[in-house]
Amino acid sequence: MAALLSPIKDIRSERRLFLSRVILAAITSIVLLGIVVARLVQLQVVDHELFAEKSQGNRVRIEPVPPIRGLVFDRKGRVLAENLPAYQLELIPEQVDDIDDTLNRLAAINLIEVEDIPRFKELSRSGPRFKPVTLKFRLTEEEIANFAIQRPRFHGIDFQPRLVRHYPNGAEVAHAVGYVGALSTADLQRLDPAAYAGTSHTGKTGVESAFESDLHGDAGYRHLITNARGRQVPSDTSDLLNSLPADASSEPGANVYLSIDLDLQRIAYEAFDGRRGALVALDPWTGEILALVSAPAFDPNLFAVGMTTSQYRELQDDPDRPLFNRASRGAYPPGSTIKPMLALAAIETGATNLTRKNLCRGYFQLPGDEHRYRDWKPEGHGPVDLHDAIEQSCDVYFYEVSRDIGIDAMHDYLDRFGLGTKTGIDTGGEHAGLVPSREWKKNNFRNRDDQRWYHGETVIASIGQGYMLATPLQLASAVGALATRGQRFRPHIVAAVEDGLTAERRIVQPERLPDVEISNDIYWEYVLGAMHDVMQGSRGTARAVGLGAPYEMAGKSGTAQVVSIAQDQKYDEAELEERQRDHALFIAFAPFDNPRIAVALIVENGESGSGVAAPIAKSIMDAYLGYGDDAQ
Amino acid sequence: MPTWGTVTMRSSDTQRLLTSKAAPLSDFSLILRRLHVDGPLFLGLLLICGFGLFVLYSAVGESNRLLTNQVIRLGVAFIAMLIVAQLPPDFMRRWTPWGYLIGLVLLVLVLIKGDVGQGARRWLDIGIRFQPSEAMKLAVPMMAAWYLHDRQIPPKLGHLVTIAVMIIVPTLLIAKQPDLGTALLIAASGVIVIVLAGMSFKLFIGLGIAAIPGALVLWNFMQDYQKQRVLTLLNPDSDPLGAGYNIIQSKIAIGSGGLFGKGWTNGSQAQLEFLPERDTDFIFAVLGEEFGLLGVLTLVVLYMFVIGRGLYIAVQAQDTFSRLLAGSISLTFMVYVFVNTAMVTGLVPVVGVPLPLVSFGGTSMVTLMAGFGILMSIHSNRKLLPH
Repeated sequence: MAALLSPIKDIRSERRLFLSRVILAAITSIVLLGIVVARLVQLQVVDHELFAEKSQGNRVRIEPVPPIRGLVFDRKGRVLAENLPAYQLELIPEQVDDIDDTLNRLAAINLIEVEDIPRFKELSRSGPRFKPVTLKFRLTEEEIANFAIQRPRFHGIDFQPRLVRHYPNGAEVAHAVGYVGALSTADLQRLDPAAYAGTSHTGKTGVESAFESDLHGDAGYRHLITNARGRQVPSDTSDLLNSLPADASSEPGANVYLSIDLDLQRIAYEAFDGRRGALVALDPWTGEILALVSAPAFDPNLFAVGMTTSQYRELQDDPDRPLFNRASRGAYPPGSTIKPMLALAAIETGATNLTRKNLCRGYFQLPGDEHRYRDWKPEGHGPVDLHDAIEQSCDVYFYEVSRDIGIDAMHDYLDRFGLGTKTGIDTGGEHAGLVPSREWKKNNFRNRDDQRWYHGETVIASIGQGYMLATPLQLASAVGALATRGQRFRPHIVAAVEDGLTAERRIVQPERLPDVEISNDIYWEYVLGAMHDVMQGSRGTARAVGLGAPYEMAGKSGTAQVVSIAQDQKYDEAELEERQRDHALFIAFAPFDNPRIAVALIVENGESGSGVAAPIAKSIMDAYLGYGDDAQ
Repeated sequence: MPTWGTVTMRSSDTQRLLTSKAAPLSDFSLILRRLHVDGPLFLGLLLICGFGLFVLYSAVGESNRLLTNQVIRLGVAFIAMLIVAQLPPDFMRRWTPWGYLIGLVLLVLVLIKGDVGQGARRWLDIGIRFQPSEAMKLAVPMMAAWYLHDRQIPPKLGHLVTIAVMIIVPTLLIAKQPDLGTALLIAASGVIVIVLAGMSFKLFIGLGIAAIPGALVLWNFMQDYQKQRVLTLLNPDSDPLGAGYNIIQSKIAIGSGGLFGKGWTNGSQAQLEFLPERDTDFIFAVLGEEFGLLGVLTLVVLYMFVIGRGLYIAVQAQDTFSRLLAGSISLTFMVYVFVNTAMVTGLVPVVGVPLPLVSFGGTSMVTLMAGFGILMSIHSNRKLLPH
């Protein structure tokens, strides 16, 4: 009571009050810290698993390890496709003090384009600071040397190696081997995303595409510990790695050995010398393709490294169509090259015999029709038998027998040689060609009149014109069947596949196809003898090419019209555009008695089968049989 | 009377211990007594600092340089504690108004010509670089206790208003730097003095309600990043990579630690830098991740021991100034611990308060230990026989 009246304090009551306040404060402290403890129990005991999972997900990243793509070799073990380290120019944002200045100086020494600078600046800003930005994908040796000198001036800029598919022979084998290109969205939908997680390129055409599953290999993966910014933590400095699941290493892709002979391939490609065309050479007893050329071609390395839009457009818009594989996709009228096969059909069906002679007056007319089906030789061949008709390529003889063979029998025999159906080559991507028949016409035309088969159509079919189409690959396969006297093997380009790890080889066995059955072997010898005389007989169309050769060979020329020439109008090449000139074709095999190589080729708008195409066929046979320039 | 008796008895115990020469421990106790060091408080502080260094070593990425750095700071802080412990409470009380005034002047100087660091003006360079706001952490409760020392307890309304001004002026000056965390803690230390002095709870609650419009005014004073912190607390998942990132990663770190933790230096959240500010404000999360619930409970118990000892010293103190000051220092320390741990576990907004004695950093540690020096001075300068 006194305290209230005097300034002297009531010490006792003050102490009591203070003590009660301290007790209250102590209780408050315990409650507050108790709340924190309760929270800790909630986080660390109740929700522990949830947070443990989140913490694990935070730091472990699975990174795919792409496999090394298998190599491609020719039949003699020469490399056709390999993986070479290429150097790319990279910028690491966190190591560069002044990105603008650095990029400007790089442009000043011509390592990058000035117009690309804004894009690179954007890339450097957007990604993680430690993640390299690629400035240039492939540096030339000169650029590397140039940059190496200046490197101290460019902190944070460096060149890094990566594996790039490389085709040392460029265009020469482009259509046989094919190429790889950057994975597209369509590829990603088709391929197993897990297997391709670390892969940047995939086969697009040719062997690279058809044997993708062998060449690609199996992807591996590894677990990485990453920090908050996604940067990998070096494994040797962290015990954290112990808790990780095991990694899987990648397995390299298989090496693929082609039956292609690089020498033949090169000779054939060079023989076209800028002209458009295609050539297929194969071993008639196995179906192994020795050369497959489509000219002109392109540099497949452009696809592997990546090209600009304008570069690609240039290839696409080229009137010579370098990207088009004429050897397996190009369907051409086979012209007179089918005459040996039709000769066998004529004999077998009784349309003619080995001795019957017809008079060739330079043209042929169907009964009751004024239309003249002309021979290539306006004045005519005179009296010719079947042998002469093949040797001299008399059209009129075949016009005449065609009526007796009939279109369906013609179709039947050409079909036995594989014309009109896909050969089933292991690289795929081929045109089926076309051998017409009554049934085909019925099924493929709408108009009732068009569905009828006319005699005239049989006549022109007998010289491989009209509806008839064949690919160089089909013709090569067919001439192979002639060479073997009827034995056929499916054409293939891959000879062996070698496991990337064990080097164990799987040899591709020849696949025998149904024989071409001919009732008497004499007929074979008769027809093949006529083909022999085409090249090495006294009146053969291609005797200029074959005579004097150190070995015996057989062949048949073909000249196919690109546009039909109106009646009574003289063929005048000067008036025709170059691209409307006749295609030149040739089929051949050698040696005659023991055939080892069969060749078919076309030179687009080459005009003369025997004059333009036959020499190319011969140079391939020379080279393969050891009579080429190199062999001397 | 019973309270009085207890004190006497305890004092006699101490004396008995002091006169006993049998146990070797007593020699040590004697040394501590001569140095004005309170044994239990000193032991508690040593244990916290030792444990803290252990955690810090992991949090700074096992850097010996940074650890040495912190050890030196701790040494300086302990020396500061020893020096302050030698100053008698009466001496401190006499100098309190001057210290407070100088502090205010320095705070104004900071706003005028202070050094800028991390977007705030907190440092003053007058020969040595320091934060005047740190000194105010002690000067404000001292000033409040000094004012009440000669006045009636519980304080009258007019006195309360005077003290409120004494608290609010430095608080606003510091909030303007801006250093919201420190400002709030200094305000709290002053308020604690008034509450301990017996201010009526009705008034306290009434003021609390009246503070709501004040809080709205404060909201307008707050910088964007401070507002963001408050908003993020309400819903941390709304901005998982921005402002909410700290809280989310800190909760993951603590939660994934479980009962026993991932082991020393093996905390993936801390070591792989998912955890922000792992060696300063968020070091408690490192402790939780690597030592688990067991580790954090150990530290909390140590803190409670120190707080408890501080409150005991306050209760034992023999004059108003000492009592209020000792109580305020102990409870402010509790507020530090609570705010930091509650912030790291996502209970309160991220306000940038370090975990006392454990977080990396020097200035606040010296202030803290000086505060404990005051406690020791108060306890060791009691008159043993009040009769």
